[in-house]
Amino acid sequence: MTPLLHARGITVRYGSLAALDGVDLRIADGERHALIGPNGAGKTTLLDVLGGRTRSGGGRVWLAGRDVTRLGPAARARRGIGRIHQRPAVWSTLTATENVLVAALPHAVRPAGWRPGARRRAAEHTAAALLARVGLGKLGATPAGQLAHGQRRQLEIAVALAGRPRLLLLDEPAAGLSAAEVGRLAEFLRVLPRAVGVLLVEHRLDLVYALCDTVTVLRDGRTLATGTPAEIRASGPVRQAYAEGVA
Amino acid sequence: MSDQAVRALRRGVAALVLAGLVLAPWAVDDYTAALLARTLALGLVGVSVALLTGVAGLPTLGQTAPYAAGAYASALVAGRLSDVGPVQVAVAAAAGAALAAVTVPLVVSARGVVVLMITLAVGELVVTAAGRWRSVTGGTDGLAGIPPVRPLWGMPVLATDRARYLYTLAVVAVLLGVVLLVLRTRVGLLLRAGRDDEARLRASGHRVSAHVAGVHLAGGAVAGSAGALLVVAQQYVSPADFGFDTSALLLLGVVIGGAASVAGALVGTVVVIAARDWLFGVLPGQAPLVLGLAFVVTVYLLPGGERRPAVRGRLLPGVPNRRRPADRPTPSEVRV
Repeated sequence: MTPLLHARGITVRYGSLAALDGVDLRIADGERHALIGPNGAGKTTLLDVLGGRTRSGGGRVWLAGRDVTRLGPAARARRGIGRIHQRPAVWSTLTATENVLVAALPHAVRPAGWRPGARRRAAEHTAAALLARVGLGKLGATPAGQLAHGQRRQLEIAVALAGRPRLLLLDEPAAGLSAAEVGRLAEFLRVLPRAVGVLLVEHRLDLVYALCDTVTVLRDGRTLATGTPAEIRASGPVRQAYAEGVA
Repeated sequence: MSDQAVRALRRGVAALVLAGLVLAPWAVDDYTAALLARTLALGLVGVSVALLTGVAGLPTLGQTAPYAAGAYASALVAGRLSDVGPVQVAVAAAAGAALAAVTVPLVVSARGVVVLMITLAVGELVVTAAGRWRSVTGGTDGLAGIPPVRPLWGMPVLATDRARYLYTLAVVAVLLGVVLLVLRTRVGLLLRAGRDDEARLRASGHRVSAHVAGVHLAGGAVAGSAGALLVVAQQYVSPADFGFDTSALLLLGVVIGGAASVAGALVGTVVVIAARDWLFGVLPGQAPLVLGLAFVVTVYLLPGGERRPAVRGRLLPGVPNRRRPADRPTPSEVRV
């Protein structure tokens, strides 16, 4: 079966430093795939390459069998790659509702017939439902810049979902969240429909093992191992790589 | 103050300003009325600067270029083709947009100071070209004796400065209304979103380059229309109307009027240009100095933090905007 995402031989060099050196990755439809590894292993760079923000110096990327290697971030987003950034990226002078509206615009469906404001009302209705789903139902009129860090994270998730992704790239979504917020995030990811594949970069390994089907370990820009959480947990070299990376 | 009170206050101020502008020509002599009409035209250029700089976060010093293109196009149309106002405004808007279209490839992927330099250069090139291309623009002597405008088909031509001022005011009000209405739609939403975070907008599937190109074309059309009004107001056009000092004053007026507020920019520009013309009489030769000082003081007093005027991307290439400390977990939180 054609995988949802297939990346082969991804290489990114900054001068003589190889941030990524021939990384391969396969994500099946609806799969929950985690990417772990010590700081500086190239996890965020790999997400940037898959999202189209960073050009790969070598290798190719296919989304559902289509070569997207040469497409920029906007074109990839329209083909179904959604992104959650390590630092919540929202449009700070727009209200929460407006944030979701802007994200939904490229996917807006024109309602049948023409009634003044019908499309706008339909879009606002969808936005309100999405905000309620991520727990921001009462904050639709608040400018995003005035939301707390955890709320901005929730808003960014709503923004990403408004783009109707087939694959969601999450860069350390739990970073900077309180324990209660991490719990809500985990529950949210657990009930996310299986129509959406997930690639999760996360340092919180409890989250990774609880949520993901497959784990890939990166170190120094290379794939160290790929396997189920149980296999990865049992693997000696992986534990060692992490211990060294942390020290 | 509550939001409602602020909104009521703003509406009251807007009504007062509008009433004052309508009644102004009866309070002053003909010469001042003509000067005021020219100032209003510049205010409309200020609207185009605010559209780019404030709403879209793309600072520019080059809006005098489409302004000049619009003015010359409309002067040529008035002299040879039609004395009907809307025709002149439409041709001028098209000329302004066409000039903007030429510069779009230069500015669409650049940001910050680079764009300021490019737009400044384009503005200066247009002034130089206007001074050299004698057969069309009349060179540095300019085009004089432009026939008076007819506001609509079948109406009499406007023979007095007061009438021409009111015509200018009406066109400015209509175009400002159009800009404000368009900004209330998704167009305004997308421009403000791009100002806040372009990368996020791309990651949501939006063609940011098309937005940037579009707002430049729209800004060019608005500035071009203002050129048609300048020609109506002074019945004369020369390269001296589009110098660098005009670009700088426009930016000053827009910043004073509140960069993100398009209507505020109109008022700010009108105040700054009127101050220049008044200072020109009171302190001969010193006006540029005073306005330069006003510029320094304004930039110094600009609000910081949340209310700081936002600019897209980086101000200088290679210098990232200051960021708060990253919210990564510390290594001690990382467990296997």
